[in-house]
Amino acid sequence: MTTQSDFRAALLDAALPVPPGLLDGQGQPAGRRYAVYRNNVAVSLAEALETAFPAVSKLIGAENFAKAAGLFLRQEPPSSPLMMHYGAGFPEFLASLEPLQSIGYLADVARLEQAMRQSYHAADASVLDPSRLQSLSEDQLMSARLILAPSVRLLRSPWPVLAVYNFTMNDGAQPDAVAQDVLVTRPDYDPVPHLLPSGGADFVSALQNNLTFSDAMAAAGAEFDLGPTLSVLLSGGALSDIIST
Amino acid sequence: MFDHANALPPLPGVGYKPQHFSEILDNPAPVGWLEIHAENYMGDGGRPLAQLRALSERFPISVHGVGLSIGGETRLDPEHLARLKHLVRWLNPASFSEHLAWSTHDSHFLNDLLPLPYTDDTLTRVANHIDELQEAIGRPMLLENPSSYLAFEQSTWSETDFLREVARRTGCGLLLDVNNVFVSATNLGYSPQGYIADYPLDLVREIHLGGHDEDHDDHGAPLLIDSHGREVADPVWALLDLTLTQSGPKPLLIEWDTDVPDWPVLAAEAERAAQALARVNA
Repeated sequence: MTTQSDFRAALLDAALPVPPGLLDGQGQPAGRRYAVYRNNVAVSLAEALETAFPAVSKLIGAENFAKAAGLFLRQEPPSSPLMMHYGAGFPEFLASLEPLQSIGYLADVARLEQAMRQSYHAADASVLDPSRLQSLSEDQLMSARLILAPSVRLLRSPWPVLAVYNFTMNDGAQPDAVAQDVLVTRPDYDPVPHLLPSGGADFVSALQNNLTFSDAMAAAGAEFDLGPTLSVLLSGGALSDIIST
Repeated sequence: MFDHANALPPLPGVGYKPQHFSEILDNPAPVGWLEIHAENYMGDGGRPLAQLRALSERFPISVHGVGLSIGGETRLDPEHLARLKHLVRWLNPASFSEHLAWSTHDSHFLNDLLPLPYTDDTLTRVANHIDELQEAIGRPMLLENPSSYLAFEQSTWSETDFLREVARRTGCGLLLDVNNVFVSATNLGYSPQGYIADYPLDLVREIHLGGHDEDHDDHGAPLLIDSHGREVADPVWALLDLTLTQSGPKPLLIEWDTDVPDWPVLAAEAERAAQALARVNA
């Protein structure tokens, strides 16, 4: 008897023997024929991670990425058949990997890629017409709530995460050692990461927490200049509605 | 939505890849329908669903599941069943198919189509799972034969008898993958023509064709790998001709999932399928 439990265990652990009861066409033990399945599982899951985290792969190189993916897929195999979600725990896993500790920003680059993938598959939403903001009085605006589109993601990093990403993927400039807050919007179908100015992440985070416009402004601090952040939100289709209270 | 009367047309189709979106809309000939992998269209929105919506207005769509684990020893994942039900309900595709295989155990998904022993117990389990799926999606499904790299000592049924009996018990139709027949027959040392002679062709609603790679086992015997990464091999086209002579024209799908080529290369494979259909129609 070959149980699926035995078959599964040996798939992800090459140290285990080939399960009993598996044959070739002539009745001999299956031997390396079983390795076809081992290989299919490991390669297909590693490819799913490579598709999701191309910048991480470029940063550490294909060989190192394959090693990290091989460890991750054995520690955390998928819990659902939706490969678009596989690897949500990969950024934390990278942060915990001893040999990669020297690349402090790596896990945040992975978090940015994960945010962009989530944005890509997020639900569609209507886009707020800017004229609706202009039609409100200052009092009405201050007490209103801006609703973010489901495709919006916010990442706050102590690293120059967007600069590293652009340097890696888009031949961007050499990153300076600064903290960066990144807003991911999806103006059409392709997610776009934007650098937020000081206070911008506090403002967006307050909107995510369903605070009113005036509370979001307060959260962003007295120095906060709303213009650039609002412009990124509006042009990126990141606001879907405004609700008066 | 396309008015498909819940059946694929007896024309060539291709496995849809997003990079071919514009070319398929501009110049699909000779492709008459498209197949998608269900699990790639289970996000909440964005480009995948927008493309699928646009394509479904022009072409009959076949939804091909790769993740339900119909042969699994544990119960079907209720969340995944619900997702399949939702997709089939909004898309109303011309066909839904899945595999005679398992891929999930103890809620771990392995992303491969893993093999089953052909026993009475497996038969009962597979038939129960197909009943459950068909109940959920409100229509009969098609069940695809696997590509096999090994056999189980405990098997007591032939694959063709097993498929026939599953179909009899559940009312499902069959998806005949001719490349899988050739791969399995080569790997396990039986005649692919004999398999086709034993196979219930009257239950076939769709045929798959794909490319395979060549390797060897521990004893130097040929070991073909169902890779879907190149053109369909000549002996597989010959096996298709033999099949169509007996089955009559069927919807023919070209599967090319790794190292996906530019559209003209895929369209040329579809053209070869069109010629095979023309020979049997003549």
